[in-house]
Amino acid sequence: MGSHGIRDRVAVVGMGCTPFAEHFDRGVDDMLVEATTEALDGAGITRADADAWWLGTAQSGMSGIVLAKALQLEGAPVTRVENMCATGSEALRAASYAVASGAYDLAVAVGVEKVKDSGYQGLNAFPIPTDGTNRTLTAAAMFSMVLPAYAARYGVDPDQLRRVVARIASKNHANGAKNPKAQFRKEMSVDAICNMPAVAGQLGVFDCAGVADGAAAAVVCRAEDAHRYTDTPLYVKALSLVAGNGSGLIDPDYDYTTFPEITAAGVDAYAQAGITDPRRELALAEVHDCFTPTELVVMEDLGFSARGEAWADCEKATFDLDGELPVNPDGGLKSFGHPVGASGLRMMYEAWLQLRKEAPPERQVATVDEGRTLALTHNLGGYPGEMVSFVGIVGTDLSD
Amino acid sequence: MRGILALGAHLPHRRLDRGSIAAVAGGGGGKGTRTVASYDEDATTLAVEATRTALRPHGGTGPDILWFSTTTPTYADKTNATAIHAALRLPAEVVAADFAGAARSSVSALRAALGGGGSTLVVAADVRPGLPGSPDEAAGGDAGAAVLVGEGTEAAPVLAELIGAGARTEEFLDRWRTPGDVRTRQWEDRFGEQRYVPLGQAALGDAISAAGWELGDVDRLLIASPHARAAKVAGRKLGVAPDAVADDLGATVGNPGATQPLLLLTSALEAATPGQVIALVSLADGADALVFRATEAVADLTPARPVAAQVAAGAPVDYPTYLRWRGLLATEPPRRPEPARPSASAAARGADWKFGFVASEDRTSGAVHMPPSRVAMHGGAIDDMEPRPMADATGTVVTSTIDRLAYSPSPPIVFAIVDFDGGGRVPLELTDCDAAEVGIGVRVEMTFRCLFTADGIANYFWKARPLRTTDGTVVRADVADAG
Repeated sequence: MGSHGIRDRVAVVGMGCTPFAEHFDRGVDDMLVEATTEALDGAGITRADADAWWLGTAQSGMSGIVLAKALQLEGAPVTRVENMCATGSEALRAASYAVASGAYDLAVAVGVEKVKDSGYQGLNAFPIPTDGTNRTLTAAAMFSMVLPAYAARYGVDPDQLRRVVARIASKNHANGAKNPKAQFRKEMSVDAICNMPAVAGQLGVFDCAGVADGAAAAVVCRAEDAHRYTDTPLYVKALSLVAGNGSGLIDPDYDYTTFPEITAAGVDAYAQAGITDPRRELALAEVHDCFTPTELVVMEDLGFSARGEAWADCEKATFDLDGELPVNPDGGLKSFGHPVGASGLRMMYEAWLQLRKEAPPERQVATVDEGRTLALTHNLGGYPGEMVSFVGIVGTDLSD
Repeated sequence: MRGILALGAHLPHRRLDRGSIAAVAGGGGGKGTRTVASYDEDATTLAVEATRTALRPHGGTGPDILWFSTTTPTYADKTNATAIHAALRLPAEVVAADFAGAARSSVSALRAALGGGGSTLVVAADVRPGLPGSPDEAAGGDAGAAVLVGEGTEAAPVLAELIGAGARTEEFLDRWRTPGDVRTRQWEDRFGEQRYVPLGQAALGDAISAAGWELGDVDRLLIASPHARAAKVAGRKLGVAPDAVADDLGATVGNPGATQPLLLLTSALEAATPGQVIALVSLADGADALVFRATEAVADLTPARPVAAQVAAGAPVDYPTYLRWRGLLATEPPRRPEPARPSASAAARGADWKFGFVASEDRTSGAVHMPPSRVAMHGGAIDDMEPRPMADATGTVVTSTIDRLAYSPSPPIVFAIVDFDGGGRVPLELTDCDAAEVGIGVRVEMTFRCLFTADGIANYFWKARPLRTTDGTVVRADVADAG
């Protein structure tokens, strides 16, 4: 994969994010209005100032009209994008490239998902007509297959590994408890997480991401214009996306202990951003912890841990809020909730708060004060063997 | 010489202990066990498994005609035999048709096949219904059996030839069921008995006379009948030596309706010695008698899955689960959306995969693609693939899980990543096993099943099931071979 990237050519100058929750009293339109209003207000602009819009939603509406109607945008170019759970990040990627190309001065990326109107728990995909042979497993079951494979490959005791991933959920609950916009704001012990009702394999209910409604938005402009809108912009350092070819499902060489699409997106993003040692260069990472084993493997795929060592790093509190590299300081999908189309932009919202030292003091990461200026956001959509992955990197400083 | 070239049967994995019925149903039940089709089996899938079993050791060419008999067809208006035809990957020129409705249909199809025409595969399969506590529920059984009839060749010699046939038809009411009903209604036992026994005597007498033999020459007498009492009395009164009357498998399998005559014939020929005279008498809406003589070739018959071994195998199913599988005990479904119906056009495009489990193999890398693909996953060649049939491949579980949330007619779903011997990997649902039996290294084979039914459409596809030793233990690969 070759990419040039657009390092330092585009800046984020305003962001918004609704609380993520079971918003039975709010519709898609309400959440779009709230998230975009916060983002536009932050940048000191109005709807009419924005030249182009991208709406990310996995299945809460079709076409750009959903956003155009909600905000009553007249005669504006509005595009809906979808790339499974990377949908929100895909909207940001499109808006950033549009500005970098010179086509527009100001663009807005909005992500939204209304998942709680289905009447069912969990996430449920649109039924696309098929021959009926596609598997009908839940995502939880697909990701649960990582644990026995990982335990076998690295010789980790399965019961110990189960507690390691429960610790990941416990950490994200502790972080989410400090986040007023998070869906779950309650600390959970490792034992409590292990004792939740079983869902699939070794995974219980609290190994799964929260299912919530929500929206998030970002305003982007050319880097040289950033200070017209804010004194503290975030510069886009890298935007990388990989859509897997699904070979992991049918290739006997795939072993369920790594997600190659994520590794590839990470390598590409680090090259775009000029990062060589992510664990020590990043101030924080917001990663796609859809299920607890996912965060474990992602630590290795993104190069935060050596292969086979993420479980030990997790035990050593490396990725805790006060650890060497805080991961998911806002609570992650686990605790903040996962409105599919909004999650990528929600992660960027946390980077926005943290790098600008605007996070609540109880969860402001110390790495920023120590001089680190970069944050990473990461999404995956799909399953082991067949997924899309996005890695984005932003920073407060322009490179030399 | 025309005659039987191959035959085989399929008994479902599960067995219901009849002694467990009365405590729940308030009556009924009895001694012994009956076979129980899994929630993912119907007459069509049982028929597919029976024909696969029959044809596996068969050295000759495939059939020109496929006739499917059942008392419990999945579809009306639509032919059920076409799904069997697709699962066996028979050529389009092969006729496939149903002989459905009554127990008599199978033995009539067999007689017609023996009478002439090309090579004909006669298959029967039944999932016998019955209300809780009824005699039919306890006495019934689920099974499939298949018999290939045609001209013998050196590669596929005749195992048994028909030496005489006789029949009687008579219209009287013994048993009847409205299509779709769970319950079969019956007239008073004594009436049927008094009709059936003389009819059977007449039909068998004709058949033996036609053969130019005597009743005393019969080595094995197989009596099939939905009328248990008539069958029992006929065993005494047909004039054949008492020790020649074969076990009707009622104590272990039960009575599988239209399948019973073919199942008993399969069981008898698998155990037959050359020259044995085997008389099959069916008492159903009249009487049919077919008298066979086993040839020398029967000594070389090595069944893929002998009936006797299948009778001895299997695992119990508790009565409430049996009721749930039959739709006779409504329980709370998973709170997930029910699956959408499969698309007819998509299924037709992918019929080789969906029904035949045919993958594709990249000519350059040899990589197996499941489902078949036009583009290779490695190397990127386009349209450089060979079809790769996988239904008869065995494999090993690489990793597995239990899904307690996903929709299933019988949760939880047991699911595994399977690597096939000789190449190919695919994620598959497992069946005919308990969740605790499955894990890394379990050896599996493929079986044709119905994943679910939506909008009345049976969604057929393949699942994996564990290989088992004769004592029922799940076979596991050596750890060294498992990866």
